Amino acid sequence: MKSLVNRQLDFMGRRRVAFAISGLMLLVSIAALLFQQLNLGLDFTGGTLVEVRYAVAPSLDAVRQVLEGAGFRDVSVQTFGASTEVLIRLQQAFDPDVGEQVVNLLRNAGDEVELVRAEFVGAQVGDQLRDQSGMGLLVALGIVMLYVAARFQYKFAIGALLALLHDVIIVVGLFALFQWEFDLTVLAALLAVIGYSLNDTIVVYDRIRETIRKSRIDDMPTIFNEAINMTLSRTLATSGTTLLVLLALLLLGGDMIHFFAIALIAGVVVGTFSSIYVAAALLLAVKLDREDLIPPKKEDPEVEELP
Amino acid sequence: MLNRYPLWKYLLILVVLLAGLVYSLPNLFPEDPAVQISSERGDATIDERQLERIRDDLGEAGIEITDAEREANRVLIRLDNADDQIRARDRISDMLGDEYVVALNLAESTPAWLQSLSASPMTLGLDLRGGVHFLLEVDMDAALEQRLEVNASAMREQLRSERIRYRDTEIEERTISMAFASAEDRDEARRLIAREFPDFDYASEGEDRGARLVMTMTDQAVNELQDYAINQNLTTLRNRVNELGVAEPLVQRQGPNRIVVELPGVQDTVAAKRIVGATANLEFRLEARPDTPDSETETFPFRNQESRSADLMRDVIISGDSVSNANHSFDENGRPQVNIDLDGTGGTLMNRATRTNIGRNMAVLFIEHKTRETTKTVDGEEVVEREPYTERGIISLATIQSALGNSFRITGLDSPTEAAELALLLRSGSLAAPIYFVQERTIGPSLGAENIERGIMSVQIGLLLVVLFMLVRYKVFGVFANVALALNLTLLVAAMSLLGATLTLPGIAGIVLTLGMAVDANVLIFERIREELREGLSVQQAIHAGYERAFTSIIDANITTLLVAVILFSIGTGPVKGFAVTLSLGIITSLFTALMVTRAMVNLTYGGKPVKKLWI
Repeated sequence: MKSLVNRQLDFMGRRRVAFAISGLMLLVSIAALLFQQLNLGLDFTGGTLVEVRYAVAPSLDAVRQVLEGAGFRDVSVQTFGASTEVLIRLQQAFDPDVGEQVVNLLRNAGDEVELVRAEFVGAQVGDQLRDQSGMGLLVALGIVMLYVAARFQYKFAIGALLALLHDVIIVVGLFALFQWEFDLTVLAALLAVIGYSLNDTIVVYDRIRETIRKSRIDDMPTIFNEAINMTLSRTLATSGTTLLVLLALLLLGGDMIHFFAIALIAGVVVGTFSSIYVAAALLLAVKLDREDLIPPKKEDPEVEELP
Repeated sequence: MLNRYPLWKYLLILVVLLAGLVYSLPNLFPEDPAVQISSERGDATIDERQLERIRDDLGEAGIEITDAEREANRVLIRLDNADDQIRARDRISDMLGDEYVVALNLAESTPAWLQSLSASPMTLGLDLRGGVHFLLEVDMDAALEQRLEVNASAMREQLRSERIRYRDTEIEERTISMAFASAEDRDEARRLIAREFPDFDYASEGEDRGARLVMTMTDQAVNELQDYAINQNLTTLRNRVNELGVAEPLVQRQGPNRIVVELPGVQDTVAAKRIVGATANLEFRLEARPDTPDSETETFPFRNQESRSADLMRDVIISGDSVSNANHSFDENGRPQVNIDLDGTGGTLMNRATRTNIGRNMAVLFIEHKTRETTKTVDGEEVVEREPYTERGIISLATIQSALGNSFRITGLDSPTEAAELALLLRSGSLAAPIYFVQERTIGPSLGAENIERGIMSVQIGLLLVVLFMLVRYKVFGVFANVALALNLTLLVAAMSLLGATLTLPGIAGIVLTLGMAVDANVLIFERIREELREGLSVQQAIHAGYERAFTSIIDANITTLLVAVILFSIGTGPVKGFAVTLSLGIITSLFTALMVTRAMVNLTYGGKPVKKLWI
């Protein structure tokens, strides 16, 4: 990685290519969201609940495998009170036969099972929760914009916001495109992506600000390139370590964290890309000027002393 | 001098780390299945003699008690396994009857010395550890009857205002039947009512003095009512469970008329059970004047003094449904009170009623719908019969001194617990229909043991990879960063335990993210130090400048993320909130470890010494 330090990569020179890639990804994502929609998980849709009683305590993982093998999706299997009673939740629209179907499958697997009840269950995520969370996210983005505008400048705030939207839309779009299951853990991953992407963007911004203040030239693309090249080894180290953890989660973590890890991996990759090519490159598009960063002179001399 | 910390900084770091260690320790001790017993009002529990009887009884049934603890307002009986737990619960609750609430619980087994420091473990969420599962049934018949009552009185009101004479109304299952003095009156009434109440099918029966109007609620209206009742109850239960401070609960509809409530891990399950099922409400009524006709009054006993009673007006000024906010506190004499804020309409009604009645008495009536359960053996099978009944009692009767407005307070409650619970119930709204418990079980983790094991293993391997990466890339400084990472994890666990946060899979996502951000902070600093060294600064200056210059980046990046987390916490609910808690705590602990702790280590190793070369 040492070699990267001295080499100056011309990031900004390729920004039009990058814009095209971003635009294409956004287009595909939005189209996927509109035409295919998200494949929402049990948490959001509700489904069927089947309670069964075994003669001897079964292995829950085996039960799960039997049901998933038979094509049921989003299966959750829990002991219920005693170890011989098992509660199964399926993402399957309720019909009166599902209970029998499940019990027959389990019997065929060689266990002695009887059906206690089969009923539909509603969504775990109520409308109220959905609306509140959506509202929360909007307010959060608004406040972050204000903070960035105050600490940097409003052009930076626009760039950061667009970069965030870019990342969120693309990650959600991926889930719609491939019809991966979107449940509460993926929602949490998405929030984490927002945190990560914001963090990454601010670090790049900070260096850009510093470089603009220090340098004597007015050629913004060159200044940006210098700043991004300086943060490059940090960017690679950080996203590298984060990706290491996430790859471990993806490859070893089992199917429950599978989509969670995918969402985060996609988010980290897109987030790193967008810090440079959306957040930073947009500053060129909105014609960021040295004057934008020169604090009002004399009124507040302390600002200059910021390291 | 460069790169020296004053002694107090080292001491501060040491103290924080020690505290972190102590408060994260309880998480190493597993939880026991237990049964919790409290009195129905939550302020007392069984005595030593009853406990002895329970011991004997469980002993006879071959259930082994690991431990039994008596506290001020609850008894906790620890058991070996979940099977014993359910059997013990059933036996104890049969033995103690209605006066006590017996609930399943998971009891922490933190050693006493840690408990004395009020250290307790993190709760694991429903996905990782499971919890307690309540199945509640909404009493649809009662919901229907209530609706018909309301409709019937509105119809009577309408007839009165149109001066049509009616005789009596009967409500049966889903029909209202109204008797009239003549067929003409009946037909006139039918014409009027049918216009206002489209939810009914109308039929005219009988002639002359036997003329009746039979109104049957349509299937569609009944279904709508049921959906409404269930959804209203779902919302109310969600509010209540959230108000209880239970993190990461599950409240879900099951089947046409049931609601599942699942609460994770160690909680005061008895309080949860009492609150979830509670139907308490308030009514404000004027006391009747001596000359008020009997048909307009009702007599109620006082709640804490059964022999005393008062005549109240039948008309209700407002009920608890008009309350917009309520909280509990103490009055000048240290008695519990509930402060109430009314919504707009409620405030107007209250003001109008009190303004014109200064000097009269106003009563606060406490209403509770309850069910008595009796188990009978019919044809060799045990059948649970439920008999609903309503308890009404006056909790205060006071003279109206001046016109009341939107906010006032009420007193006359038995205990602070009762005041707190009444305030909670008023805040979270009343149930649209009575509900009762049909099932209570412990429930296993929804993710499955294998998945959890694999999940935890993969997180460990991931962290190990990060540790190796940092060692290879930053050598000695990598060691500092790794030590800081371990301490960060300890501090985060300690903080989450102290706050009583619940750890779920999304929560682990938050932890992974904050650890990533903690590493990022150190990466930023170390890269900066390398840069400064390349620029030709001396070792000491490079360290100093590296920390100093990376500081703004780190602070800006972390504060923006913290802002997101804090707002998600204040607005979000459920899983979003849990994630936000983990993330905010993680940002704070990682700032501390990545900035202060690594700096302290660097200063201790290199500070104030002549160093030629840095292993970075």
